Amino acid sequence: MASPVEQFRIQELVPLKLSENIDISLTNSALMMVIGVFVALLFFWIATARRTVVPGRLQSCAEILYEFIANMIRDNVGKEGMRYFPYVFTLFVFVFLGNFIGMVPYSFTYTSHIVVTGALALTVFAVVTVIGFARHGAGYLRMFFPKGAPIATAPILIPIELISYLSRPFSLAVRLFANMTVGHIMLKVLAGFVVSLGALGAASWGLGYLGAFAAFSMVAGITVLEFFIAALQAYVFTILTCIYLNDAINMH
Amino acid sequence: MPDTDQTPGPEEIKARLRALRGLPPNGEPAETQDEDEGPGRPSGLGLGMRISVEMVTTIAVGGALGYGLDKWMGSAPFAMVLCLLLGGAAGVMNAYRVVKGLDDSVGLGAAIARKEAKERDKSRGQSG
Repeated sequence: MASPVEQFRIQELVPLKLSENIDISLTNSALMMVIGVFVALLFFWIATARRTVVPGRLQSCAEILYEFIANMIRDNVGKEGMRYFPYVFTLFVFVFLGNFIGMVPYSFTYTSHIVVTGALALTVFAVVTVIGFARHGAGYLRMFFPKGAPIATAPILIPIELISYLSRPFSLAVRLFANMTVGHIMLKVLAGFVVSLGALGAASWGLGYLGAFAAFSMVAGITVLEFFIAALQAYVFTILTCIYLNDAINMH
Repeated sequence: MPDTDQTPGPEEIKARLRALRGLPPNGEPAETQDEDEGPGRPSGLGLGMRISVEMVTTIAVGGALGYGLDKWMGSAPFAMVLCLLLGGAAGVMNAYRVVKGLDDSVGLGAAIARKEAKERDKSRGQSG
């Protein structure tokens, strides 16, 4: 049985070493990202090619997607947040496509590597922090001490809120990465059961076939669940970005 | 055959839908009910996953912060011990938020106040 983590191996497709330490080779992960970006570009290009008042099928899809993210931002951040719509929308599409491309057999899930989700999450964190300081100046730091709390609690409350704030990019990254990795490992392990139990089938008076069938039904069920999780995690990633943006913009 | 059998009116369709959803045939519209069941409120596995991620990451960040402070100030191991404890506290706070369904914005007190205000609005909206 192939190792269940084999699927996450990075393979160099086009070696491209700039120097000793700088390696920008095209890997399977990078290729999938490029494919994801092109799928998104192609989709929105075709969908908005004929801009009609009464939208066609593709245009409807694009409009639904737009409305979905726009409403998410309006609900969580408010009108001010629409300025950052392009960023949030791109983030959602990129994560969403990453999760879904991973569901295509023989492809590679780029969101299953913490370096990718970590980079996305750290960018969100940096963007939010920069926006917060740009809009409120040093007053942004006031947010770490709740209004009305006794001043004596400051030495405890401020570090706790600070650590909680600093842990955001990590929890964002780990959540997406862990969900994608766990799902794919689970699928692989169960699919491995189908093969190994099936091979035992004839020798065990058909019991192996029964087990293989049970494992196969689980694989089928979990595949559906994985599609759901792929969409859900893209949604969670985006909505958390919105909530963080809300902190930076409105600063309760 | 009477026409009504083939094309039920909108009222009848509504009544049938209500019956299928297990609701009394006439009453308040059921739209507020599925508000809480969106993807924003995970259940079971998702909830456990979120809590564990929050706990682990905050403690790890606290530990890393303390380690960095120790390296910088040469105060090993005091800053790391302190920050690990604070990280644990932050982890518990975040887990509390997840369980209580509070939002993830900075400031626990403010989050609780917002949630209470939201619930007040909701109950007012339902009664009025």
